[in-house]
Amino acid sequence: MLRWIIWRDLMLSWRRRADVLSTLFFFVIVASLFPLGIGPETELLRSIAPGVVWVAALLASMLSLGRVFANDFQDGTLEQLLLTPQPLFLVVAGKVFAQWLTSEVPLVLIAPLLGLQLGLSKQTLVVLVISLLLGTPVLSLIGSIGAALTLGLRSSSVLIAILVLPLYIPVLIFGAGAVQASVLGFDPQPHLYLLGAVLVLSLIFSPWATAAALKISVE
Amino acid sequence: MTPGTYLQVTGPNGSGKTSLLRILCRLLPQEEGRVEWQGAEIHSLGEDFFADVTYLGHRHGVKDELTAEENLQVTAGVNGIKFDKDAIRSALVKVGLSGRESLATRILSEGQRRRVSLARLILSNTKLWLLDEILTSLDASSVLLVRSLIEEHIAGGGMAIVATHQELTLNAGQSDRLELKT
Repeated sequence: MLRWIIWRDLMLSWRRRADVLSTLFFFVIVASLFPLGIGPETELLRSIAPGVVWVAALLASMLSLGRVFANDFQDGTLEQLLLTPQPLFLVVAGKVFAQWLTSEVPLVLIAPLLGLQLGLSKQTLVVLVISLLLGTPVLSLIGSIGAALTLGLRSSSVLIAILVLPLYIPVLIFGAGAVQASVLGFDPQPHLYLLGAVLVLSLIFSPWATAAALKISVE
Repeated sequence: MTPGTYLQVTGPNGSGKTSLLRILCRLLPQEEGRVEWQGAEIHSLGEDFFADVTYLGHRHGVKDELTAEENLQVTAGVNGIKFDKDAIRSALVKVGLSGRESLATRILSEGQRRRVSLARLILSNTKLWLLDEILTSLDASSVLLVRSLIEEHIAGGGMAIVATHQELTLNAGQSDRLELKT
């Protein structure tokens, strides 16, 4: 049953490719604005690069969050998903996984290009990709809680940002910290371990929280 | 309700027909009273309860971007119903959508989209149907179709609770009426 939920959401994203692409372009544009605004000082750019790429990734993932449940809520398919004979957290997990695949993985794939543009070394680019691979699932998982809570509200996209961005701070600190450590020639592993720990925690708790929030929102 | 019964819920706008049906399928918590299914309180039944119930609401629950066929595949898939291509095709033929199986439902009319959600009833293997205002935007022949679907379901020992403004009388099983007042 789970694979049908994933198949369905992947199919829907494929039919609405423009949404996925716009998130990606947003990510690229935000990260590219910094060198333009700051000027071509390689040293400075290199030192702010970790923060720039990570903040751009946070903002870009906010864009796709609103869509996770809102479309399904409007056409009534969310109700139908709530009424399927399987635990709701599994439904949520399937939808979040599909959202991560379609909206976050493209960001991870294009991030090395942005890093290169900001003057990061090869080694650091590897750390950047690993930190994003560990961190972006957390963004999807935590974000889904916000998306479920704000379902059906007016100006929900602003509300999601206010609710969710503060919760992203640990991910940002450890994620950008790992890349920063690598830029400065330190060992990024401690940061990555902590990021992994955050991922495990949110994998365990957030599907339940999202499921509970969905039940309340659909009432 | 016992197997093979049909209950028509009527009442003016705002009398709580939709709320009643949503309470019965656990989308809405009741303020007081108990809802039991096969002797157990429905909230204690967990997800297994949904293997017995199909709910069709105001909103069609049909994805605009998917074709009619894909919509049914997904519905059957997520509900754990075994199906093959033929079963889905024949369900769509039965609701009068033959030739339109592979069009995105976005370009279908309101009534046709409603028919896609009706096709779900044909595929379902649940005992209790909760149908909320399903006759809206349906033409005369579709109303007959809905009636025959419910009659078949009732004759097979199923149960149906239908909230509607229009009269919908069946020729099979045992019929009851529940009139809600504001």
